[in-house]
Amino acid sequence: MKGPGQRSTNALVVLILATMPFWMQYVGGYTELATQVLVMALAAMSLNFLLGFTGTLSFGHAAYFGLGGYGVAMIIKYIAPSTPLGILVGVAVGTIAAMVIGALIIKLRGVYFAMVTIAFGQVFFFIAFRWNSVTGGDDGLTNWKRQALDLGFTRVELLDHALTFYYFVLLIFLLAAACMALILRSPFGRTLLAIRENERKARFLGIPVEHHLWLSFVISCAFCSLAGTLYALLNNFIDPRALYWGQSGNFVIMAVLGGMRSFWGPLVGAAIFVVLQDFISSRTENWMSFVGLFFVLIVLFFPRGVLGMIRRRSSQ
Amino acid sequence: MSQLILFNLFNGLIVGAFYALMALGLSLILNLSGVINFAHGGFLALGAYIAYTLMPYVGFWGALLIAPFLTAFLGIIIERLLIRRLYGRDPLYSLLLTFGLAYIFEDVSRYIWGAQSVPFIVPGFLTKPLSNSLFFLTGYRVFMVVLVAIAVAALFYILNRTRLGMRIRAGTMDLETVSTLGVNVRVLRNLNFGLGIFLAGLAGVLAAGLLGLQPTIGTSLIMPSFVAIIVGGLGSLPGTLLGGLLIGVASGLTTVFFPSATEAVMYVMMGLVLLLRPRGLLGEEGRL
Repeated sequence: MKGPGQRSTNALVVLILATMPFWMQYVGGYTELATQVLVMALAAMSLNFLLGFTGTLSFGHAAYFGLGGYGVAMIIKYIAPSTPLGILVGVAVGTIAAMVIGALIIKLRGVYFAMVTIAFGQVFFFIAFRWNSVTGGDDGLTNWKRQALDLGFTRVELLDHALTFYYFVLLIFLLAAACMALILRSPFGRTLLAIRENERKARFLGIPVEHHLWLSFVISCAFCSLAGTLYALLNNFIDPRALYWGQSGNFVIMAVLGGMRSFWGPLVGAAIFVVLQDFISSRTENWMSFVGLFFVLIVLFFPRGVLGMIRRRSSQ
Repeated sequence: MSQLILFNLFNGLIVGAFYALMALGLSLILNLSGVINFAHGGFLALGAYIAYTLMPYVGFWGALLIAPFLTAFLGIIIERLLIRRLYGRDPLYSLLLTFGLAYIFEDVSRYIWGAQSVPFIVPGFLTKPLSNSLFFLTGYRVFMVVLVAIAVAALFYILNRTRLGMRIRAGTMDLETVSTLGVNVRVLRNLNFGLGIFLAGLAGVLAAGLLGLQPTIGTSLIMPSFVAIIVGGLGSLPGTLLGGLLIGVASGLTTVFFPSATEAVMYVMMGLVLLLRPRGLLGEEGRL
């Protein structure tokens, strides 16, 4: 992730994202869709922190995504009309849940790890679904809206200005991406790569593997719940579907589609997935079949993802 | 009160029997092929819909007999065409593939048979209560528990007494050696997949008679099956059976005292098992 090549890639990514609302309409999109791309990309990148860089498959990230969303929605609806406070609490809730569940599951590996993450992912779905009086049950939390940012010298309206909100999300997205990149470049991040490549060897070298996996899981989930808070703010709404395992699967397919082994891969995957889903679901009721087919085709013919493919071509 | 508890206990046992039937199929496939079959719930729904479609022609009993075999046949075809290609690759890919299949199955069921619940009629003499004081004890419920017990007994007979079953068990422990000894592993995995799907199809027909039949019937049963496998123990089929019954009874009892925690209780149990005994109640050592 070093060197001039990566630096120019990063600059290109920032440039594309900064101008996205202006050309999005020419590819059939709109500003909110651009914001959704960023939100989903952040979730998929946070998952890929675990999937691509630690080599551990979590199929239950929607739980933390949804917890973040419920956190921000409840704060604004019930406690204090403040967007930043809501985001902070949402991330804290998701992170704490990840700490507890992470401690329970790090002893498992491979398929079993995946299965336990799937199963645990559903706990929060059922809580949100059943606890009507607080979470609104199946209907979700409505009648709350994202609040203006009070910066002291000026107020930034987020609600009626889709474009302002886009740049607000972009700012958070870039900060989060930078944090993840820095963590991956640190000695800790390098150790995660070592565990991914050869866990036994890493253990013999005296690396506390369980502790590192736990920390990686918690970091990944923290960023995922950050994405979840932005998702709720974007829609001014959150419902149990954000916590459902279908959502977790979508995150995984975004990461795979873009390319798990590259930092920006999930962003590419999320962009393709979100735009395609928007396109399909506005045209047919049977979008589930198309999404399912999409999964099957990617797995069979495109397992390395877009960026993995490009990289392979250029190295030949 | 005691009748209410008894009712929910029995209900939990029935639901647990479903979980177990489904989880046993999942477990078979997972143990031998390392594939988490997310489409298992989809196969369950298809089994039920196949039975529903056949019923006007062959009656309830004929459908109950034929539908699981047809579902298993479908499973064998899908394993052969799609899932086989992913053996030996990162489990991520088979998980994603079966996840996509689950979406397709649900949507196709909705497209063909409609999103609404369809009536699934079981023979009249099975729906009557068996006793006046225990109104919930209908013939169908008892019949279901008996049938699940027979199916499970047959499964364990196949696994322990037949050549195919012994090969499956041996393959679960060491597939490479089994292959070296001249067993065609491709065929073995194929048949094993079919066996697992057969159980899903059977569970589907039985569940439809109790819960009614709609396209999402499978998705609501698959998560508890995962929990059953983890609670019961990784790699252990008796464990899976125990896990299924246990979480079924536990959520049945929770319904009496704290209805909104009906689902949550099984996840609490899973958390406790992972905390105290990560390999599960009857899990083999060294399978983690």
